Amino acid sequence: MAQVTMTVNGKAASGTVEGRTLLSGFLRDHLGLTGTHVGCDTSQCGACVVHVNGEAVKACTMLAAEADGAEVATIEGMANADGSLNVIQQAFQDHHGLQCGFCTPGMVMSAAALLKENPKPSEAEVRDYLEGNICRCTGYHNIVKAILAASGQDVPAMAAE
Amino acid sequence: MPKDSGIGASNKRREDVRFLTGSGNYTDDINLAGQAYVHFLRSDVAHGTLTNVDTSAAASMPGVVRIFTATDFDGVGGIPCGWQVTSKDGNVMQEPVHPIMATGKVRHVGEMIAAVVAETAEQARDAAEAIVVDIDELPAMVDMKAALADGATKVHDDLTDNLCYDWGFVEENREAVDKAVSEAAHVTTLELVNNRLVANPMEPRVAVGDYARHSDESTLYTTSQNPHVIRLLMGAFVLGIPEHKLRVVAPDVGGGFGTKIFHYAEEAFCTFAAKACNRPVKWTSSRTEAFMSDAHGRDHVTKIELALDADNNFTALRCLTHANMGAYLSTFAPSIPTWLHGTLLAGNYKTPLIYTNVKAVFTNTVPVDAYRGAGRPEATFQLERVIDKAARELGVDPVDLRRQNFITEFPYATPVAVEYDTGDYHATMDKMLELADRDGFDARRKASEANGKLRGFGVNCFIEACGIAPSNLVGQLGARAGLYESATVRVNATGGLVVMTGSHSHGQGHETTFPQVVAEMIGIDADQIEIVHGDTARTPMGMGTYGSRSIAVGGSAMVRATEKIINKTKKIAAHLLEAAEADIELKDGAFSVAGTDKSVTWGEVTLAAYVPHNYPLEDIEPGLEETAFYDPANFTYPSGAYACEVEVDPDTGTVTIERFVSADDFGNVINPMIVEGQVHGGIAQGIGQALLENCAYDESGQLLSASYMDYTMPRADNLPRMEHYTVDHSCQTPCTHNPLGVKGCGEAGAIGSPPTVINAVIDALQSAGHKVDHIDMPATPDRVWAAMQ
Repeated sequence: MAQVTMTVNGKAASGTVEGRTLLSGFLRDHLGLTGTHVGCDTSQCGACVVHVNGEAVKACTMLAAEADGAEVATIEGMANADGSLNVIQQAFQDHHGLQCGFCTPGMVMSAAALLKENPKPSEAEVRDYLEGNICRCTGYHNIVKAILAASGQDVPAMAAE
Repeated sequence: MPKDSGIGASNKRREDVRFLTGSGNYTDDINLAGQAYVHFLRSDVAHGTLTNVDTSAAASMPGVVRIFTATDFDGVGGIPCGWQVTSKDGNVMQEPVHPIMATGKVRHVGEMIAAVVAETAEQARDAAEAIVVDIDELPAMVDMKAALADGATKVHDDLTDNLCYDWGFVEENREAVDKAVSEAAHVTTLELVNNRLVANPMEPRVAVGDYARHSDESTLYTTSQNPHVIRLLMGAFVLGIPEHKLRVVAPDVGGGFGTKIFHYAEEAFCTFAAKACNRPVKWTSSRTEAFMSDAHGRDHVTKIELALDADNNFTALRCLTHANMGAYLSTFAPSIPTWLHGTLLAGNYKTPLIYTNVKAVFTNTVPVDAYRGAGRPEATFQLERVIDKAARELGVDPVDLRRQNFITEFPYATPVAVEYDTGDYHATMDKMLELADRDGFDARRKASEANGKLRGFGVNCFIEACGIAPSNLVGQLGARAGLYESATVRVNATGGLVVMTGSHSHGQGHETTFPQVVAEMIGIDADQIEIVHGDTARTPMGMGTYGSRSIAVGGSAMVRATEKIINKTKKIAAHLLEAAEADIELKDGAFSVAGTDKSVTWGEVTLAAYVPHNYPLEDIEPGLEETAFYDPANFTYPSGAYACEVEVDPDTGTVTIERFVSADDFGNVINPMIVEGQVHGGIAQGIGQALLENCAYDESGQLLSASYMDYTMPRADNLPRMEHYTVDHSCQTPCTHNPLGVKGCGEAGAIGSPPTVINAVIDALQSAGHKVDHIDMPATPDRVWAAMQ
């Protein structure tokens, strides 16, 4: 067992974990941050995407111990300070970019990472970036629209090209 | 001008806020005090005799609470099957016992052999690895025709063979169909496979069992589309717990697509073990477990023959199908290849004679049951592929051949037992062709060819049968359940109200759409209406959500209950206004007396119902709560016409979707945004079936596709780009027999798209002179490339 300490959504968090405890398990089971979901066991579905030191990471690919000392951001910390939905979250609601909601936290976290590195992505770039995030409900169409809208681009105009 | 509220408004979803902020409450988010964890040891052998299960070493591992094997379930019922099909010879289907844990034999990879309950999930898994299992392997039956061969190894020793049933429909028409086929001017024959799929909701299944010793009550939290069905099946048939001592809660559920309809052994185990261990017991499926324990879908092998006269009119259709049941009968498995498949074979066409024979087969594979569309995609694929092939053989336009044979007068009684109430198949075809710009296809094909690619255009028409009903009919067909839906409307004193519905939302957005209906009926703000679902303790007995039934059946129950509320509030308003009840009008949340300026608000009336000081107590009871059970008179029959354009790379066989258009007729639409989202999702699953997804077994019964590394889920870049993708539902012929005129939209995309894609692929290959008239799904690059060689 090892003691791990990290900053999660701006707050200090610590716990005692087994060496094999994954970051996803630490967030969910130790910290009660159940917004980070686990949808597979081969690191492909992307439901568990969080940010570690500003980079998008699948929390099931990383040991909790590896995140010792890191800055971690999860879906629970994404809303605006007043509790309202941030621009990406709001775009997902506006464009019906979610149905069952299970993949949604990972999608939002991936979208945030994409827009940070590429503020005005093309549709093809969005689709390519989402390679590591599987959604079974939406067919991605409205997720792509939501991410493009969140980037400030004129989605109806892009769709009519 | 689009509406901004009520029926027809694209209201944003209220449930989104919790999902977007990580505040959802999925079953795996539920952790109970003192909870233990179970890990199931599953068979890695497809078929064999269990000679030894030694748990002694595992029992002393750290954290182990208790280990369960089959002997712990002596006297516990097996997992029941909810539908009994009768063979054409009059015998009922062979129905094997479906034990909670493998008993004597293992019959598929993934079957539960033992369960370790421990303090942590890791300890349970570690201990399970220390269980010693000896299995004498038997030949595995994987291929259906081999399983039916004389002398084939039996999956179930106590059955006569591996044939579950041999169903003929309509048996009285068989000779006439045979005659029509033998005498036809032209017969088109096609042999095809409807590939086995895995539903793959992104949330794996989870079950948490709890037991309260003080009240002898059991509670199961589970990832279900229909908690009341689970309570009835598990309570009455498996564990012997009366309903009043059993509560089933299905909170936020992360997608279902059919595979979360069924009652699973893991649910019964967790409920049973919570009592046996006197502490909550939780199971969270891994994805690999999901692949080998969630019921699979499809898996039909079919020969279909379409007979036409000299004028290209369809004269008969004959369908011979083998349907894989897997090793055991899942909850509704027998009904899928029969009553949800054979009854759909008329499609959009006035084919006068239809016969289908379905042989359902036991194999050493995971049980197969309903997956989005359930029988209807299989029927549509057969029919629309054979029509396309016929058009090519006859040298006629596939669109014209379809149009020529369309049903145009409604109601229309098909020769396969169902009667369509409404539809306008030319209208959806016209809309589809307009949106697809078929006239511009030749130019696009030339452009593709200039880039070294082949381009194909495929069309497809389909009907659905949603909201399976009525109960007395399905009972005659073998259903062991009713198929009504329920709703209780509880109006609070201050005017807000709660709808407690038997429908269940696992992505469909009921918390948004259901209030839109009630808000419009009463004239109050939708924010005053709360939807409660997914908890047997809080909702009336209901059958849940599947088969695109929620708004057509559950919505109708809600309308009926709301009508009862409105009738009662009018009586109260008449009393308060000292007017005749017949003169009371309810509009915009206020009751008025016709022709006067006298009125009373909704809130004043609801308050009077609970503070009945000035109230007609001699005529009506205080309070304002009404329940309705709605049992539909018929199925609903959505229909649609789809078009797809693909490009095929002749060097690699890679297929890309370049354009896709759907023109659906769902009848009236409550929330267009949500309806379009349902179609997007269905089409993605249909494209997945057509091009990507395949659940594969090897000849020894090993499941080869048990992870996302082996089973190709559609990704964002597999699907059509925005500018060439349109889903339309402007063609609307309202259902004539439910109060909202709605038909259901959940499965259309998954039913309509697979043949559309394959028809387009064949069109592309034939454009280059390849004599290819069929490619089985998924049309992967290797299959397409091989077909071109």
